[in-house]
Amino acid sequence: MFMAMVQDDQKKRMDQQIDENLRKVYQRTLEEEVPERFHDLLRKLKDQGTPE
Amino acid sequence: MTPRRAEGAPPDATDKTAAKSGDPRDEIAVHLSAMRAFAVSLTRDPVAADDLVQDTIVKAWTNFASFRPGTNLRAWLFTILRNHFYTMRRKLRHETGDADGAFAARLAEKPAHDGRLALRDFAQAFAQLPVEQREALILVGASGFTYEDAARMTCVPAGTVKSRANRGRRRLAELLGLEEDEEMELTDRATRAVMSGHGRSGL
Repeated sequence: MFMAMVQDDQKKRMDQQIDENLRKVYQRTLEEEVPERFHDLLRKLKDQGTPE
Repeated sequence: MTPRRAEGAPPDATDKTAAKSGDPRDEIAVHLSAMRAFAVSLTRDPVAADDLVQDTIVKAWTNFASFRPGTNLRAWLFTILRNHFYTMRRKLRHETGDADGAFAARLAEKPAHDGRLALRDFAQAFAQLPVEQREALILVGASGFTYEDAARMTCVPAGTVKSRANRGRRRLAELLGLEEDEEMELTDRATRAVMSGHGRSGL
């Protein structure tokens, strides 16, 4: 019972560590500059697009 | 029209100002970096990821009528992105017979373990996970969507998202050598001690 609780706790901490690293890796991509081609594309779509 | 992104300013901040110009579709720009990050985690290839984002932008723009105002735009965009990704992946598989195998082989090597968890090692281990697990972990673990949101986006029950995320975490722990080796051993030893104690008394 106690050991199971300790193991649960360890698992939880490991999951937290994994999620934290996940966020860091994800964040690194998030912080990359968005290529200008996407903004150009949005402008082009807007210019040719069906105004609402 | 002035460029959306001023030099030096964080992309998010300036993207948000762009969203104020009236057309609700302008808000798509706010989510571009998140879309890229999600696309990279699915494709594991920056070039393919940018192509995926580009296609998603066009699809989102031209099908914007199907977006329900007031709902989560990022979730809507992510859904389009992932559906397109799976469609393309099926096509690729059909053409080459192998969409994942070559990539998996390139990454088959275990990351060098020097006692601390290098982010690069982590990214490499993450890339080895099956796509369903990567998707679940990015949506729930990294992007902060709820299991229910992620379930809607991936068209599976929330319990499935949860078990995919958990299996992904277990696999990552395994690949990175984070398993509770020592503790498990201790537990085993303790268990064995108890068991053998009982055993002896039985003898």
